Amino acid sequence: MLEINNLHVKLEEEDKVILKGVSLSIGAGEVHAIMGPNGSGKSTTSYVLSGRDGYEVTEGTVTLNGEDILEMEPEERAAAGLFLAFQYPVEIPGVGNMTFLRTAVNAQRKARGEEEMSAADFLKFIRAKAKTLKIDADMLKRPVNVGFSGGEKKRNEILQMAMLEPKMCILDETDSGLDVDAMKLVAEGVNALRDEGRSFLVITHYQRLLDHIKPDVVHIMADGRIVKTGGPELALEVEHNGYADILAEVA
Amino acid sequence: MALRQTKEDATTARLEGCSLPEGGSWATAARKSALARLQDMGLPTRRDEYWKFTRPDTLTSSEVPRAAVFDPKDEPPVFDAIDRLKIVFVDGVFDPEASDDLAMAGVKIERLEHAAESDIHWAKELYGKLETNGQTPVQRPLAAMNTAFATDGLIIHVTKKAARPISLIYNHGSDDSDVLLHHVIKVEPGAELTVLENGPAAARFNKVMEVEVCDGAAFHHVRAQGRDHERRAVTHLFGRLGAESTFKSFTLTANGVLTRNEVVLEMIGDDSVAHVAGAALGDGDFHHDDTIFITHDAVNCESRQVFKKVLRNGATGVFQGKILVKAGAQKTDGYQISQALLLDGDSQFLAKPELEIYADDVACSHGSTTGAIDEEALFYLKSRGVPETEAQDLLVKAFLAEAIDEIENEEISEDLTARLEGWLVRRRG
Ligand SMILES: Nc1ncnc2c1ncn2[C@@H]1O[C@H](COP(=O)(O)OP(=O)(O)OP(=O)(O)O)[C@@H](O)[C@H]1O
Ligand SMILES: [Mg+2]
Repeated sequence: MLEINNLHVKLEEEDKVILKGVSLSIGAGEVHAIMGPNGSGKSTTSYVLSGRDGYEVTEGTVTLNGEDILEMEPEERAAAGLFLAFQYPVEIPGVGNMTFLRTAVNAQRKARGEEEMSAADFLKFIRAKAKTLKIDADMLKRPVNVGFSGGEKKRNEILQMAMLEPKMCILDETDSGLDVDAMKLVAEGVNALRDEGRSFLVITHYQRLLDHIKPDVVHIMADGRIVKTGGPELALEVEHNGYADILAEVA
Repeated sequence: MALRQTKEDATTARLEGCSLPEGGSWATAARKSALARLQDMGLPTRRDEYWKFTRPDTLTSSEVPRAAVFDPKDEPPVFDAIDRLKIVFVDGVFDPEASDDLAMAGVKIERLEHAAESDIHWAKELYGKLETNGQTPVQRPLAAMNTAFATDGLIIHVTKKAARPISLIYNHGSDDSDVLLHHVIKVEPGAELTVLENGPAAARFNKVMEVEVCDGAAFHHVRAQGRDHERRAVTHLFGRLGAESTFKSFTLTANGVLTRNEVVLEMIGDDSVAHVAGAALGDGDFHHDDTIFITHDAVNCESRQVFKKVLRNGATGVFQGKILVKAGAQKTDGYQISQALLLDGDSQFLAKPELEIYADDVACSHGSTTGAIDEEALFYLKSRGVPETEAQDLLVKAFLAEAIDEIENEEISEDLTARLEGWLVRRRG
């Protein structure tokens, strides 16, 4: 599904290298987790994958289902099936959540040569998805993320993911800021989407989320590299001992 | 003194060969006094402080700058779906064929041309009178010129709640039409009227509307200034608000090489409400100026000014907005915001927000901002699959929303929103 090969990234504006050779291979239907100390480059990886400005790829490749995505615009990557649940979802005053989602769903359908969804179908679809995530009608009407609590913003990200049905879902700390119940909701939302044709890359600091969303593979990122890869037990190790041992071991 | 002399000479030269229209005694008196005002003030020049941001020369020149007639065949006319009483002017001349019957319960509509013929008419108490009041403390010579020389326009007397809006449609017929129109509207106590205006009007258009909103009455005004690129317009909307009255005006402008819209309101009755708003979308050699002056001269009145402009490819937006709170106008609630969204580095927004307050128990605030498109928001939208242009349009509409929300009537608001969306799509090319 997603192949990241020796990815080197620096900031466009300054000579600061952030990713120093990240390699990662996620197969269809798999769930991978990335953990790692603050500032190690996890969010940067997710931004570079989704095509945000400000980064320069100096080396390496990224393919989604065999297609090179690094040359694509963010909207093309989205239409190709990539989705990023932001660590810090953006507030957009004046744009209604519903309008936003409908524009997005239909833009992606159009890009893929599919028919647009009718207003009625869309309404039915979003109501059903919102209900399972306990997002009320009021939140759908309000401007995107404006005045949403931290947890509401995260649930709104998952709602978008559910509506857009992407192939490759990247979740950047979707669990931070969530209370226990909201985390369960989010995890259920994610698990409901799990299937053979869909893969997940879950960035998190806590084992807690991984109790609910069981990863197949866990990676540890430090200083712009994947320094260790293992099974779910790796997350437990981090939970108990922090990163010190792992970092010492690879140093 | 030299400046004064130059101005006088220029005004004399401009008025050469212009004679006051014929009419009955009330109209003649009003026109003569307007001409005297005009001669006393002189036409505006770019050295005038009030015209610092907008060059008046093409509005005052003897020669009319040409403007090709623009026919937007690719969209239905504005307000087409609204149930309204249509009154059509072509190059400033009333067109009875294209207009509906000038009849509505509780509303009397006359043409200025006819009203001006009689020796006695109620319009005498308003025609040129609100304009005169509006000449202090800032001079508006182009409005005085209009009062002096306009021959057509409507005199509207409203005694009840009008069942439907009066829709003034200004068609443009020839490349060099130079048009003056003057409307007078009186909304009697407790009565209500909505006036819609749209259409390019002329190559050069000078329009004055004087509106008296009596105690407990309401006046709503919604205007669309369309996509024709070459027209020039200077408009003055003078309003006087009685106690517990409401005055709301909204203007949507898309293009036009030069537009200056002045709104001058006197709030003389307690507890009245005035909202003035505008959304403008400009491209290239577009120059758009909103000049607003609201005087609070009564207790517990509320005024709001909300103006938003989206500018690109070197377009210029101007906002001069003032709230004047006179001594004794306690409990005034005054709000003013003007904002520009610049889509590129070539465009500019020039703003002069002003507060002048002589009462001590008031709440007034004003703010003016100039900004670029929010890149974070743009990326967020794109990351969800929305293409760049569409994402930008969404943000543009969001930016204008606060101004458009000022339109009270939902049907009219939807009509204008649809219009705006059409313009945005067409602009993508
Ligand atoms: N635009 C930028 N300008 C300057 N520094 C940046 C920029 N983007 C990222 N960095 C730096 O790159 C490093 C990696 O940041 P990144 O956000 O990817 O970390 P992270 O692993 O997601 O951390 P966290 O766990 O705190 O979310 C940090 O040192 C950060 O300060
Ligand atoms: Mg991060």
